[in-house]
Formats: sequence, structure tokens, C-alpha cells
Amino acid sequence: MLGPVVMGPVVMGPVMLRSATGLPWPRLAARDAAAEAVAGIVQRPGRAALTMLGTVLGVGAFVAVLGMTATGAGQISQQFTVLEDTMVTVQDNGPANDVAPPDANPAIGFPADADAIARRINGVTAAGVWWPVSLPQGTSFTGSLALSASASQTVSLLAASPGAVQAMGLRLAAGSPLTRYENDTRQHVAMIDTATAAALGISPARLASRPAVFVDGIAYTVVGAYSSAQRVVTNESAMLIPERTALADFGNPQPGIGNQQEAQLVVATRIGAAQAVARQMAAAELPTDPSRLVVTSPPNPQNLQSEVSGDLAGLFLILALVSLFIGAVGIANTTLVAVLERTEEIGLRRAVGARPRHIAAQFLAESTALGTLGGLIGTCVGVATVVIFAAARDWTAVLNPAYTLPAPLIGSVVGLLAGAYPALQAARTSPLAALRHA
Amino acid sequence: MPALRPADLVIEAGDYVAVTGPSGSGKSTLLHLLGLLDAPTEGSYLLDGLDTSTLNDRDRSALRGRRIGFVFQAFHLLPYRTALENVLLAELYNRTPRGGRVEAAVGALDAVELGHRLDALPTTLSGGECQRVAIARALVNRPSLLLCDEPTGNLDSRNAAALMELLDQLNAAGFTIVVITHDPGVAAHAGRAIGISDGMLSERVRAGHAGAGRDGAGRDGAGHA
Repeated sequence: MLGPVVMGPVVMGPVMLRSATGLPWPRLAARDAAAEAVAGIVQRPGRAALTMLGTVLGVGAFVAVLGMTATGAGQISQQFTVLEDTMVTVQDNGPANDVAPPDANPAIGFPADADAIARRINGVTAAGVWWPVSLPQGTSFTGSLALSASASQTVSLLAASPGAVQAMGLRLAAGSPLTRYENDTRQHVAMIDTATAAALGISPARLASRPAVFVDGIAYTVVGAYSSAQRVVTNESAMLIPERTALADFGNPQPGIGNQQEAQLVVATRIGAAQAVARQMAAAELPTDPSRLVVTSPPNPQNLQSEVSGDLAGLFLILALVSLFIGAVGIANTTLVAVLERTEEIGLRRAVGARPRHIAAQFLAESTALGTLGGLIGTCVGVATVVIFAAARDWTAVLNPAYTLPAPLIGSVVGLLAGAYPALQAARTSPLAALRHA
Repeated sequence: MPALRPADLVIEAGDYVAVTGPSGSGKSTLLHLLGLLDAPTEGSYLLDGLDTSTLNDRDRSALRGRRIGFVFQAFHLLPYRTALENVLLAELYNRTPRGGRVEAAVGALDAVELGHRLDALPTTLSGGECQRVAIARALVNRPSLLLCDEPTGNLDSRNAAALMELLDQLNAAGFTIVVITHDPGVAAHAGRAIGISDGMLSERVRAGHAGAGRDGAGRDGAGHA
């Protein structure tokens, strides 16, 4: 019974795994499978678009939620200011048991070299002691007799160490700030803001003539005028005199938080260092009685933001998961319908040599390609959403590449999982049933 | 109840065989056996001298893709693919080198005189043209056996006549053809006529045609489907 029919040369592939038939086994090259999958999608673009809608929404929501959360966390909140975040305040709450005589205030809680101690803490850019000097009611600030002008507005008299003057971040209009020498030698010098100076008839140009301001009968030579300040004296008219001059002239300030008279240490820090500086400050300044000092640091901005965004992001991520699940069901459903619709095609492919696994591979490749495409579009939509969201608020869009770049793969996984059952069904389709003519 | 009763059938290389019979006579079963879509319950089927009844699915798929060309009544062309792409499908699974595929497919379409409609979609082709694309798809691997199942069933008489003429030419060019049909006019083109009735095969020997020979390209055993 031998008599092979020879129909001319049979062309075969370079790799020939010969079987009992002498023919190479059927094979579906990965490249061909991919081409078939793409063809399957491209040929029905409308259906493909609807099928991948769920995946687009799911992946898009995923990318958008993570992007918006990152964008929000990356923003400096509107309440937040750099100045606030770089300031630590230490207040003198007074000694535990009052040892001072009843009619006098106790010595201030800060050591004599408080400025230097604070400066030694890493992260501190400037620090110094200050307090509002308590003046009797109706005390007037009077300019030089020659000028015969007095300030009618309320002017605070502040005692400030040179470090405090530096930490207040004064913008000098004329003259120079209070120096350590002036403090150590208790000079009667002062700095005033330009508004008060103008009211007292002291123009910056006249500073060189050493004008004086009389407070409660004591003359203070104005050495500097400042136009604005970053801390403490930001929106009030104030006259600063050296700390030790104030001690000599007006005595100790009254300790205790709440009386608005207590000595304070104002500390300017580098950005981000305020929390760490605040933790060390009390023990550094007053190791013998650190609890006497009350340290106030700005709220940690990171804590605030993570509290605000944490719950909402979780909710949206659950929504993203739900839409991914819906996307998977959508792909599974459409692929299953396609398998039923294309039984003829399956039969034909079997007739031209496809094995069941090739049929399964084709449908799996199609659903995976659909999912990947959905994931890609979803990622684009998500990124666009984040960018528009950020642009609308004048924020900087923050997208973590670790989440964003692999996002299309979520679609691939969804497509792969969704296609598994339909692909199995397709592989089981009998070519006989498929080719039975209608 | 067996669909096909025990019978010996030898089809030689170059034969042109028509299988006729009424509905339910076992034509489809014979088609499925010859096309390796189904295996006989008893007996054996030798294709090119190779016993196919012991082969696994992988080898049967390889034989089907390489040695058998199917032509169906309903054409079974993929609707969203051009004529050329439909023919290319037959080269997808049998390791035809990628570089030679288009050339072979164009050659097959040329052979059925559709070389000018390579990029036409099946929806824009007439029934006769569709069936010729299907024949080109069946021919592209130069199979040992061209298996046609009611090839003219969906065609009008003019297209049917043209198609039968094409099959005659292919047979003359050396292709072995089995046509399963209920149309006596179609069967008349074949050199050999096999009738099936209630699963019984019978051959009418016609004058002028060589009948059953000793060597067979295909041999079908009894099928009990």
C-alpha cells in the first residue's frame, strides 16, 4: 500500500522537528500569533474600543488616583509658608518654685550664652533671646528735641539679643543691626522700623546724624532702620534695644506663658530642620531644668498631608480595582462571544493545520493585546487627568514612574486572565461542528 | 448504527473522484475521515502510504495542514481579511518560511485567475470568486489531496460550471481531487464515481477512465461513527 503522491518540492521551515509523518509539527510562531491578535482587534475597531473600555477606566483610575495623591502630597499647602516652617519658638515658663522676691521678676530662664548654644545645634541658622519690655501706660516715644515729633501710634519696645535681631530677618533700610558689642556693653542704641522712624521725623538719610529716641526719659541712639521683618515683628511697629540694655534699664521680664511678657528664644532653622531642632532645644538651653522652657515647632507638613490624602486614595484605589474587575469581565464576555461567533474560523484554522493550543494561543493573544491596549490608553488618560488636575490648580504634576510605567501591564494581566476561559473554550471547539455548513 | 459500513477505497495520485449520495448517507463522515478531522472507529486510513490511524493529534494536524486542501460549500473565508490574507492563513501553522509565504499565496491566486484581486475583501467578491479564493487557499501548500465538500453548493449554475472547469484543470495539472456532492452534473466531471447509500460505498466504473488501481494515495477503512 505504498505509493506516495509526489506533488513537487515541499518547502519547509529551517527548524524541522520531524514526526512520524515526516512532516514538521505544526507551529504558530509568536510573531504570527501577535500579528493574528492585532488583526483580530484592528478588524473590529468599534467592538475592540467598547471591550477595552473597562480596562481603560480601571487603569486610568489607578494611574490618576496615584498621580493625584502624589501631586497633592508634593504640593506645599496654601497655609504653609517657608518662614513658618523654619521657625522654632522657645518660651520661658518661669521657675517651678518662685524664688524671686515678690515685687521683682525672676532671672530669665535662658543662659547668658543662649544665642551661641542654639547656634551650635545643627540646622539652626540664627537664634536669639527677646522679650517685650513692659512699659507703663501712656509711655511716649519721642524723637530728638530738635525734631519735636512723637509717635502717636502704638510702638512696642522689644529687648533683643543680636542673635534674635538676626533670626527676625530684618530688612535694613539704613544703618546697621544691633551688634554683640552694643549688647555686651549695654549701649543705649536702638533699631526702629521705617514707619515709626518716619513718624518720629527720622528719615533713613538722617541716620548718620545719630538721632535719638526718648523712651520714658531714656535716650536711645537709632543705629538702624528696617523696612520689613520675617519673624516676630512682622506687622507691628517696634523699637529694638539690646537685651542687656533692657535688663539694666527695665529689669527682668515677667515669666510665664500667656502674659505676653515672657522671654522667648526665636530660632530660624534651615528648611526641614525645624522638627529636629525643636526636639533638642530645651535640653540644650537649660539642661538643669528643661521643662521650664516650652518649645513650639511648626506642624510637620508631611503628617498633615498624609492624613488628609490617605483615606481618599484608598477609596479611589478600591474604585480602580472594581473598574479593573469590570474590565476583565467585559473582555472575558466579549472574547467568549467572539469564540462562539467565530467557530467557523476556528474550524477553518484547524483544517489548515492549527492545533487546539494554537487556537487557544490566538484568542489568548487577542485578549491580552486588547487588555494591553486598554492599559496603554488608560495610562494615557490617567496621566492626562493628573496633568489637567494639576494645571487647573497651578500645581506641579507628580507621577511616580514606578507606578506609571508598568501600569499598561495591569491591562495585559487583566486581558490574559480574562481570555483564559474563552481560549480554553475555543481550543475545545470541534472542527467538525465548526465546518458543518449552515 | 454505523455511519459507514466496512469498505475498501483506494484513491490514486492524480485521481478525480466524485462521492455522491443523498443526505444522511454517510458523505460527511467520509469527508471527515478523508480530511483527518475524525478517525475511523475500525480500519485504517493510509495517506501517502502512511497509516494515519495511529497518529496523535499533533501529527494529524501537521498532515492536515500540509497534505490536505479543504474546499467548503460555505467557502469559510475570514470576512475581514483580503483574498491574499485568507490564502496566507493556510501557511500560518505549517512552518512555511515567512519570506516565501506571500509569493506562494500570490502564485495560488494566480492559478485560480484571481491575481488581480489580491486585496479584495470577500464581501466585495462574487460567490464564484470567493470559492476560487478558497481553492487557492487549499492549493497553496500543494496538498496530496484536494478535498471539496459541495464546492458548487452556494454557486449559481454559471459560476458552478466555471468552478468545475477549474477543478478539471487542476486535475489535469496533477492534483488528486475528491469532490463530495449530491449534484450529478458535478459528479460527471470526475473520472471515478463513488456512491454512498446508507453507509455503503459502491463504485460505478465508467468507460474511458482507469478504475480502481493497486496503489492508493488514500485508503479508507470502515467507519462506525
